[in-house]
Amino acid sequence: MTSKDSMPSGPTCPVPISRYEHVLLAHGGGGRLMHRLLEEIFLPAFDNPTLRTRHDGATLVWSSERLAFTTDAYVVRPLFFPGGDIGTLAVNGTVNDLAMCGARPLAMAAAFILEEGLPMETLQRVVQSMRSAAAAVGVSFVTGDTKVVDRGRADGLYITTTGLGHIAEGIQISPTQIRTGDRILLNGDLGRHGVAIMAVREGLAFETTITSDCAPLVEPVFRLIEAGVQVRCLRDLTRGGLATALVELAETTGMDLLVDEAAVPVSEEVQGACEILGLDPLHVANEGRFLAVVAPEDADRAVALLQQHAPELNAAVIGQVRGPGQGQVTLRSRIGAPRILDMFSGEQLPRIC
Amino acid sequence: MKFVDEYRDAAGVERLVAAIGRLLTRPWVLMEVCGGQTHAIVRFGLDELLPPSLTLVHGPGCPVCVTPVELIDKAVALARLPEVIFCSFGDMLRVPGSKEDLLSVKAAGGDVRMVYSPLDAVALAQRYPERQVVFFAVGFETTAPANALAVLQAKRLGLKNFSLLVSHVRVPPAIVALLSSPDNCIQGFLTAGHVCTVMGYTEYEPLAERFRVPMVVTGFEPLDILQGILCCVRQLERGEARVENAYTRAVRREGNRPAQSLMQEVFRVVDRAWRGLGWIPESGLGLRNEYAAYDAERRFALTVQSRSESGECISGLVLQGRKKPVECPAFATRCTPEHPLGATMVSSEGACAAYYRYRRQAATATPRP
Repeated sequence: MTSKDSMPSGPTCPVPISRYEHVLLAHGGGGRLMHRLLEEIFLPAFDNPTLRTRHDGATLVWSSERLAFTTDAYVVRPLFFPGGDIGTLAVNGTVNDLAMCGARPLAMAAAFILEEGLPMETLQRVVQSMRSAAAAVGVSFVTGDTKVVDRGRADGLYITTTGLGHIAEGIQISPTQIRTGDRILLNGDLGRHGVAIMAVREGLAFETTITSDCAPLVEPVFRLIEAGVQVRCLRDLTRGGLATALVELAETTGMDLLVDEAAVPVSEEVQGACEILGLDPLHVANEGRFLAVVAPEDADRAVALLQQHAPELNAAVIGQVRGPGQGQVTLRSRIGAPRILDMFSGEQLPRIC
Repeated sequence: MKFVDEYRDAAGVERLVAAIGRLLTRPWVLMEVCGGQTHAIVRFGLDELLPPSLTLVHGPGCPVCVTPVELIDKAVALARLPEVIFCSFGDMLRVPGSKEDLLSVKAAGGDVRMVYSPLDAVALAQRYPERQVVFFAVGFETTAPANALAVLQAKRLGLKNFSLLVSHVRVPPAIVALLSSPDNCIQGFLTAGHVCTVMGYTEYEPLAERFRVPMVVTGFEPLDILQGILCCVRQLERGEARVENAYTRAVRREGNRPAQSLMQEVFRVVDRAWRGLGWIPESGLGLRNEYAAYDAERRFALTVQSRSESGECISGLVLQGRKKPVECPAFATRCTPEHPLGATMVSSEGACAAYYRYRRQAATATPRP
């Protein structure tokens, strides 16, 4: 919302859909149409005092405390999928990156790249999803930008969101905190987002009741922190799945990790879809799952807290930190033999989020 | 998960491994034919659990790996044509041809699509009547019936814009080629359960007799594979050499008759070149003359200049079971799934890729690239 014009404030709600059925190139032209887009779609959805100032950027009160800052682009196809859409993804994905730093979200920014011809109704639906998702975690969009590109130059709609979060005193969550003997746990079962997206993708459609696990992770993370669990490190499991997150952790810390395949929760439906498609659930994308490395004495309590928060997700301890070594992840297979766990080579699924 | 968990049961694995150990009185070399079996063996670490005197060598049963470079080059040439929508199973997209792979063609603007079924390609041909849809028909006897069905479906729909680039291969002639080699060291075969689901196993009976080698029809889960090994070792120890079915829940002696008649309707047996193995008589399938209109090689006049493979790549020896991936000096250093020198590193069913993915640490002390 980069306009410096002093447009009348006080938008009404519910928001009327613009007269135009489709996004036009002119909606990105900076003129009247663009202002209408702002007034009729974005501002009503994300309305708050900071945004209402309609400045180039947001001015935030800041003290000497620590902030977390993150940005992410969302290009998922299709835009709407079982369990969410690009809007929920764009909010939760960025909020979750903040949560993984132990930060509570303070404010967010969004940039939209719209393709000429995008149905206005589609944009409206996405924006409403973003509003609901942001409201659910108590965060506001305080600044943003919109561009429209020629038809054929984008896949309908791309969103970039940036998040700013506050890290309370005493919270130290980072790979450097990981110690030998720490336990690795998961907040829930794997692979739902990736399988849900594949199920509705052109050329691959299959029938399933699996919905994306897309969800904000602020609450489960802070349940652990506030209960005094010694949380060393957190990682959300998005593209590349659990395997990628574990390998990244091992490589950055030089610690060897051991994971027990039989302990990793995977639902029957996801397992079945993966068997058919020839995928490993450990590599499939998630949007509401994280791994936590916690002190060994807190592991059981942490799992209990996560299970209390969402009993249906089957949070579990899945492994442990073996100690300094070659920075490798070993998986004890279901039948007890060890093997290396690695990132997936190349693309398993293009543009999943 | 039902029908999976019971075949991955740790206690069952332990029991079968112990039973195999009790039978063994001397060393034996077995080959699992199918890449799916290789993948499962390495993924679950089965070979680590088996007694060291039992050697498993990995066979040529990965269709992606044995597709000749020349055909990949033809696929690349087809995919570059502006009127063509080129459809393929995912794994083929990353296999390097002489100069490039299909994914590079896609990035350069070619219309290359990954499909999970040849019938999806037929549906595309219906949807885009002004385009030419070509499906890369790769695989053993397992995938041939579905590809035959796609041709029949295209014919039924009267589609003039659907064709196959055929690279089908057959297992029995490859087994004959391996066993006829003077260097052969294979004493028993685990034959491919999926292929036998379609074809049955009567074709293997004369081979077992002729070469005095036990052949056990084997499945793909850990317990299936161990059961196959157990049967094979038992025969070897008793001096027997016959075909035995250790995958009875999927395979019947006569196979899937309707699937076979579909194949026979559309395809005929042809000589074919295998990457790494060379020409093998009667080892492939090609479209029958009645279906020549669906043959992409005839529809498009293609001439490709294929370069020979990297001299460093030993995938031919790996495919014949004469070398293990880790014996290759380029393994995990100059040859990785991101920069494969040969097809066995590309396909997830390729022996080199399986070792890279699951065994790098045990296999080599070389630091990762």
